[in-house]
Amino acid sequence: MKSLIQKVVETFGPSGYETHICQVVRSEIEALADEIQVDVLGNLIARKGQLGPGGKRIMLAAHIDEIGIMVTHIDENGFARFTNIGGVRAYNLPGGRVRFLNGAAGVIGLERLEDASRTPALEQLYIDLGAHSRADCPVRVGDVAAFERPFLDLGSRMVAKSMDDRIGVVVLIETLRQVPASPNEVHCVFSVQEEVGVRGATTAAYGIDPDLGLAVDVTATGDTPKGTKMEVSLGKGPAIKVRDAGMLADPRVVNWMVKTAEGAKIPYQIEILEQGGTDARAIQLTRAGVPAGCLSIPCRYVHSPSEMVDTSDVENAVRLLAALVSQPVELG
Amino acid sequence: MIELLPFLKKLLSTSGLSAYEGPVRHLIEDAWRPLVDDVHTSQVGSLHALKRGTGPEPRPSLLLAAHMDAIGLMVTGIDGDFLRITEVGGLDARVLPGQIVTVHGRKDLPGVIVQPPSHLLPPDNRSGPVDLRNLLVDTGLPAGELGRRVRIGDLISFAQPPFELDGEAIVGHSLDNRASVACVTQCLQELQGRPIAWDVWAVATTQEEETFAGAYTSAYQLRPSLAIAIDVTFASSPGSPSHKTFPMGKGITLGWGPNIHPGLHKAVKDLADRLEIPYTVEVMPRHSGTDAYALQVAAEGIPTMVVSIPLRYMHTPVEMVAMKDILRGARLLVEFAVSLDNEFMAKLSWED
Amino acid sequence: MTTQPSTEGIRLPRTGTSQIRLLERLSNACAVSGDEGEVRKIVLEELRPHTDEMDIDAMGNVLITRRGQGEPRLRVMLAAHMDEVGFMLVQNEDKEDGIYRFDIVGGISASCLAGQPVWIGRKHIPGVIGLKPVHLTTRDEVKTALSIDSLRIDVGPGNSGKVKVGDRATFATRFDRRGPSLRGKALDDRLGVASLIELVKNAPKHIDLLAAFTVQEEVGLRGAKVAAYAFHPDLAFVLDSTPANDLPAWDKSENARYNTRLGAGPAIYLADSSTLSDPRLVRHLIDTAESAGIPYQFRQPGGGGTDAGAIHKQHAGIPSISVSTPGRYLHTPISIARLSDWKNTFALIYAALTRLTLEILQAER
Repeated sequence: MKSLIQKVVETFGPSGYETHICQVVRSEIEALADEIQVDVLGNLIARKGQLGPGGKRIMLAAHIDEIGIMVTHIDENGFARFTNIGGVRAYNLPGGRVRFLNGAAGVIGLERLEDASRTPALEQLYIDLGAHSRADCPVRVGDVAAFERPFLDLGSRMVAKSMDDRIGVVVLIETLRQVPASPNEVHCVFSVQEEVGVRGATTAAYGIDPDLGLAVDVTATGDTPKGTKMEVSLGKGPAIKVRDAGMLADPRVVNWMVKTAEGAKIPYQIEILEQGGTDARAIQLTRAGVPAGCLSIPCRYVHSPSEMVDTSDVENAVRLLAALVSQPVELG
Repeated sequence: MIELLPFLKKLLSTSGLSAYEGPVRHLIEDAWRPLVDDVHTSQVGSLHALKRGTGPEPRPSLLLAAHMDAIGLMVTGIDGDFLRITEVGGLDARVLPGQIVTVHGRKDLPGVIVQPPSHLLPPDNRSGPVDLRNLLVDTGLPAGELGRRVRIGDLISFAQPPFELDGEAIVGHSLDNRASVACVTQCLQELQGRPIAWDVWAVATTQEEETFAGAYTSAYQLRPSLAIAIDVTFASSPGSPSHKTFPMGKGITLGWGPNIHPGLHKAVKDLADRLEIPYTVEVMPRHSGTDAYALQVAAEGIPTMVVSIPLRYMHTPVEMVAMKDILRGARLLVEFAVSLDNEFMAKLSWED
Repeated sequence: MTTQPSTEGIRLPRTGTSQIRLLERLSNACAVSGDEGEVRKIVLEELRPHTDEMDIDAMGNVLITRRGQGEPRLRVMLAAHMDEVGFMLVQNEDKEDGIYRFDIVGGISASCLAGQPVWIGRKHIPGVIGLKPVHLTTRDEVKTALSIDSLRIDVGPGNSGKVKVGDRATFATRFDRRGPSLRGKALDDRLGVASLIELVKNAPKHIDLLAAFTVQEEVGLRGAKVAAYAFHPDLAFVLDSTPANDLPAWDKSENARYNTRLGAGPAIYLADSSTLSDPRLVRHLIDTAESAGIPYQFRQPGGGGTDAGAIHKQHAGIPSISVSTPGRYLHTPISIARLSDWKNTFALIYAALTRLTLEILQAER
């Protein structure tokens, strides 16, 4: 699984520009699904199983897009100014490296700050591609880049940029691999444009019209020094989301997830996230409404170039997700 | 025959926070079932009750939406003998210290929200109001027992029992929006035995205080020809700006603005004039702050209206409304429903 | 310096005096979000003889279909919003004196209001937003930013009967053409509305042209959502207007955040806060502009939003893109645009529609 994770996290794919990562995922799941299609916004949708008696149409969503940046201006000396794609925080950037869709690479620099104690604004940063002038800059206005960091295997922990949500993508792939036939019709959506407002999941959910939906995404943790107070930690199991800033999970879905985890003796945590949202919000509001929830992989340093997850949490997430969708669902 | 005031007091004593409306939904369903032809629950927990009209099929329909969810708190952690909390819906944390609450753990537990002494607070929160995340709930139970009875994710409701003020006002913590649920209930009651051509959907929506999930999805499912959101609005009270508040007990408000269809507003307003129901026009320049915001843009769009009951001290445990205003609202809705005929939609045009 | 775009086999309809007169009527009309009647009326008058189907929906959008010929055909939605930012009277503070409290509808900065004349209601009753005389104002007050709360609309004593709480009001700006420039209020998005009217009149025959004159864009892209749901097109182009912030910096340093430049042609959107443009439509527009010799620019990515933000998320997704005519000082009493940019925006969309083929969406994103 780790080599799959490495391949997936190191692939380029900011929101709106997911073609490469879509192809990588597709080649991994080609043999695993009954039907595969790519919709008009670029969502990759893989169906496994047909609706049988007692079964439900279940949508699972893990987003293949990552946060990134887009060039807004090249100055006369060849430095590039940029805007954010998704939740990019200025304090994570200075000194970082970016890789553009066209292959060019650069370093993020920072203007001299009048007040060094304040967080810079994005407008005070720029990308240095080693150019001498506007004419020999290898990128133009509109070009897109993602952060560049290699995958780092620390044994029980793994680090990469875009664990959000490539780790969820891997969980979904592994679930597709492991899940046995059941009366459920499972639609694995490798969604696009989640980071800019859960856009892909909105249209994918409309197209699928599921009975039940689960997002598979990362969540923050409360286990770092003087960090946010949160009862989720690395290594204590995948998290069952009760709420975040985007939605309240359907209580029946939460109960179903808890009962399944307890029945299968899979460790789990209960998650309340005070900021942030996931594809589950989009699924819940689709058409006449969908009971929705989210299975979260605890992750430190979300939206930084070095996001960290726990290997056992990932493995347990796969076990739990497979257990959830491979049996008839009783939502009580 | 439902006695409105006792019913409202029961509503105000039954829990039903956003996404967890089950208990209050059952109460409402029991009250509505004898008054309508069909009742069912939506995929996200809204209650849909249909009173069929007498006109020929296909019949146009009027949707009356009153959100049944209330704001409250949720347990985010257990810290020794104490619970840490976050909000469900929007709260001013200054109203919390000293409030009695019910913690919905394995069983309901009484508790009180407490403010730690300032030396135990983070340095940046020692002066001024204490942030919600630094307040605690004390149930009187020691840590071990607390951990057995309460889990992260459990809900906490306000526990102030409702009471009447001499005169005609009632006080209770979730008059937003149980006052409107009572209003719609009264409307359904008064519709008994009255002939209506149109179908009427009474909908108790979920999650208005968070995402409008109930309103978006119920409107999509039911596709009414018209929709009216019944909600509460700001009543005049000390310190509140006069241009955004309305006197309590002196009538309902009729919304006006981009979230409202002007033709529908006019029809409701003209009717209120004829019936001599006192009202004020409530200007809503952008977001109406009600289910109407979601109802209006469902599918191909729905003409919407907002009818509001003035309420003092919104989003505190001592919300207050005048019973008279609830009854006025109900009467207006009844007569409006009864007045709908098969020419109404054709006359509801945009051609000025 | 305007150049007549070369047509490369595409016969471009004229953008001449009668089109400018139409733009004038539209700019002078008052249609604040939620109350678009005056503009709707003009659209209906202009297009009644040119449509196969015309409908006004539950929110007041005008939805027009011009069916093409030949099977199969692309269903192409075009949207331009009829509403402008403005004000609503919220309280009559002094019945004798004609003073009203007001609130804004859409995004208007309080810094451009004091000292402006306004028009109120259907009858365009004149009023003013005044300010306390500088003689009576302290030095500290002069340094304090104004807030909506502190300003009032004054219709003069005895005129309270002519307006009422709930009436909408707009800047009292008359449209004007000065040399290469167009000046008026609400160029955002009357420029788009005028272009869309012309596009409907000159609809290419090989597509179904689904024109949505939308409402309430300025308060949350609301009309476009339901219009796109109703039309369910194959793809969508949005005609809007976008700021040109291409003014000089105080220290003559380079202005790196100009958004668009006046005179540099129609602005093609790559990304704003509401939409990541479908790359196939971006390529199509660039190819069209280059082969037809139409000048164009890219709107700097980020910020803002257009009806495309609502449209592309309807149904199972609708590939969408926006093209805007740049304008300076949008959402203020007077906006300025270049006639050449407006003509070229129309030309670009017209040529892009004409060159659309069924294969466009079969390519990879």
